[in-house]
Amino acid sequence: MTWSMLFFVLVGAVSLAAAAGVVLSRQPVHSALFLLTNFATLAVLYVTLEAQFLAAAQVIIYAGGIVILILFVIMLIGGETNDFVARQRSWTRGVALGLGILLLASLSYSVFQGFNQPPADVTAIQGGIPEAVGQALFTQYLLPFELASILLLVALLGALVLGRHGTVAHTGSQPASPPPSSDD
Amino acid sequence: MVPLSWYLILAAFLFTCGLFGALARRNAIAVLMGIELMLNAANINLVAFWRYSGAVTDLAGQVFALFIIAVAAAEAAVGLALIIAVYRKRKTVNVEELDLLAG
Repeated sequence: MTWSMLFFVLVGAVSLAAAAGVVLSRQPVHSALFLLTNFATLAVLYVTLEAQFLAAAQVIIYAGGIVILILFVIMLIGGETNDFVARQRSWTRGVALGLGILLLASLSYSVFQGFNQPPADVTAIQGGIPEAVGQALFTQYLLPFELASILLLVALLGALVLGRHGTVAHTGSQPASPPPSSDD
Repeated sequence: MVPLSWYLILAAFLFTCGLFGALARRNAIAVLMGIELMLNAANINLVAFWRYSGAVTDLAGQVFALFIIAVAAAEAAVGLALIIAVYRKRKTVNVEELDLLAG
């Protein structure tokens, strides 16, 4: 076992523990913090895969954006819903556990069936640096890039409309809805 | 060099954790966090396949992962806005109590 394998095992163990913490912890705030840990370990894994730009984007977008957004919403509304006292159908947890184990077993089986040959000797590359990724994004993948920007714009507008107070969208002339004070 | 199958197994574990969270949790925000876990597991797979494929100069795997990150950001924003809107109407984020469409 080489050092890179040992490093992968350590980071992967932290990542798995954090993922288990996300789904098992009782408080939503703890779940969000475990999610932050998981995203950080995934960024480390991207670095080991020589995708340096993607690792930076992972930290900036997920850890800096999405987790903060989730934490804001939890602080606003979600904190009091404790998963272990709330009402639930009795079979939900068992069905989820069974489906998860089934999926994991089938995925592991197919991976071990398909990839038991020795790994190809991959040399060190410079494919993941921001220069190369930017060049690919703005030349070969320009159309999907623009489509992604349109998607983000639509999502921004949708979130804005959904987050407003009161009835919206078909009462455009009526300025009755007061601007939201704290939750946008 | 770490074998490719290790990355795939790790991604499978992460995806399964996310699936369990999305199915079993009652807090809608926790369900959203499970979905984020699943998207990230798919991303790990994409980048690992890109790295271990022969053509590392073609950045299709990384670009795909970047688009998934953009989609995940949009999904989180719209999902959280939906949760806030639902909370204003129903005063709950428990997905078991949001059964307006159930017969």
